[in-house]
Amino acid sequence: MTTTSFPVTTRQGVLELAQVSRWYGNVVAVNDVTMTIGPGVTGLLGPNGAGKSTLLHMMAGFLSPSSGTATLDGRPIWHNHDIYRRVGLVPEKEAVYGFLTGWQFVLSAARLHGLPAPAEAATRALDLVEMSGARDRRIETYSKGMRQRVKVAAALVHDPQVLLLDEPFNGMDPRQRLHLMDLVRRMGEEGRTILFSSHILEEVERVAQHIEVLVAGRHAASGDYREIRRRMTDRPHLFRVRSSDDRRLAAALIGDPSSNAVSLTEQGLEIQAVDFGRFTALLPRVARDLGVHLWQVSPTDEDLESVFSYLINRSSR
Amino acid sequence: MNTVVADITYRAMLGRKRIWLLVLLPLALVVIAALFRLIGGQDEHTAVTLMRSFAIGTMLPLLGLIAGTGVVAPEIEDGTIIHLLAKPISRPVIALTKFVVAASLVVVLAGVSTFAAAYLLAGGDSGVATGFTLGAVVGGIAYAAVFLLLGVLTRHAVTVGVIYALVWEGVVGGYVPGARKFSIQQWAQSVADHVSSSPFFSTDVALGFALPAMVIVTVGALLWAGQRLRSLSLTGDD
Repeated sequence: MTTTSFPVTTRQGVLELAQVSRWYGNVVAVNDVTMTIGPGVTGLLGPNGAGKSTLLHMMAGFLSPSSGTATLDGRPIWHNHDIYRRVGLVPEKEAVYGFLTGWQFVLSAARLHGLPAPAEAATRALDLVEMSGARDRRIETYSKGMRQRVKVAAALVHDPQVLLLDEPFNGMDPRQRLHLMDLVRRMGEEGRTILFSSHILEEVERVAQHIEVLVAGRHAASGDYREIRRRMTDRPHLFRVRSSDDRRLAAALIGDPSSNAVSLTEQGLEIQAVDFGRFTALLPRVARDLGVHLWQVSPTDEDLESVFSYLINRSSR
Repeated sequence: MNTVVADITYRAMLGRKRIWLLVLLPLALVVIAALFRLIGGQDEHTAVTLMRSFAIGTMLPLLGLIAGTGVVAPEIEDGTIIHLLAKPISRPVIALTKFVVAASLVVVLAGVSTFAAAYLLAGGDSGVATGFTLGAVVGGIAYAAVFLLLGVLTRHAVTVGVIYALVWEGVVGGYVPGARKFSIQQWAQSVADHVSSSPFFSTDVALGFALPAMVIVTVGALLWAGQRLRSLSLTGDD
């Protein structure tokens, strides 16, 4: 497992799981997970069935760990309804009270929180998710994306320090998705602790720098996803390079043990680097010595998909 | 007691098709009594029979079942209850509020229909109308608490509730005298019997047992439901 420590500078809104496991009969859904989620946006990533929802439910106080502890700022989450003063939760299940209007739903959330000015808070939350125009319609007439947004509004109505979102972008159209992604990013920059789960890599990549990867109930990796990728030294990195003289550059690079395959393609050179650090230091030096201009150097597989596939394969070995 | 929780629960109970389920049986009771009166069959004996077999024996447990489970079980089933539980409100308070909603519905519907039907048949004679109304009210409160608990405890609350009401209270209670002591229906009849002076009616269970039993069952079921709601686990779709 690759781990990096999270730069927690404050005890405000810090979720901590310590050796948490959760099992149902003989089935282990989450296995000995230790992680710290601090301010900023963190993506909880994993394929369907990896245990993301189980983990999120334990962090939200809707599931007790079978072993280990889940705390918010050092206080236990389970059996502690006071945490909801500081936590907003957007569950994955679509179900909301269809007989209420969006306005009634969000207003009820504000009143359940005992806010001093519930109507103002509800108006602000609905504005934030761009649902003011449809606020007087019954939720049962909403599209899936609109329901999702009204749930987000209800979760934000009390301006929580911690926001937990379970697959929040499900069912949204691309414009709504981008808007919510932007909102989540902004809230993270404001210093809130935001954890959202997703099995869609592109979502996590766009919103969260920091990821926690869960594979088959185990904590497979933690940290900046690019950093995680770099630390996987036992897997070759594929680079695409375009230069003023690809052939000469290829001949020089193949002689160095930092790469084990170099091929000439119509798009330029494809280089399989086995030693990331050495290769990235070598390439500019060799190009300079040969007098070759580098037009483009891009890692072709440094996207979340490849990181994810690698972690799954490694975990199942 | 939380007014927002109560408001949402009343809307859920009264704003959908469930209201017809709730209204159907009380309406049937009044219509049957009106028909008896129309054909000249109104007398105290008929009134007592109809109240025992239909009002207390059938309508009351079914109303309690529909209202008691209906205020909480569907929300747990579809996950909407998260909207209430993910708030800084004590879960026993949520359970208490749900109980107040269920009990108030049963008390109003069962109380009004029982009084109307009994009055149509027996007038104010022998305190039949008052006695059975009071029995329906206190019995309805106990049923609401027990079925609310079932709604929190199991996803098969309606099945378990029907088995309790029909098999235990209806069949076993009919043949095994000892079982009657542990029947809300019998406790409700005991209250009715105590208030009424009708010669057509007597019960096996003494009021001195029935009243404390109802209080213990109601309070116990409520405390248990509150604790159970506190530890309610909801799982996602991993």
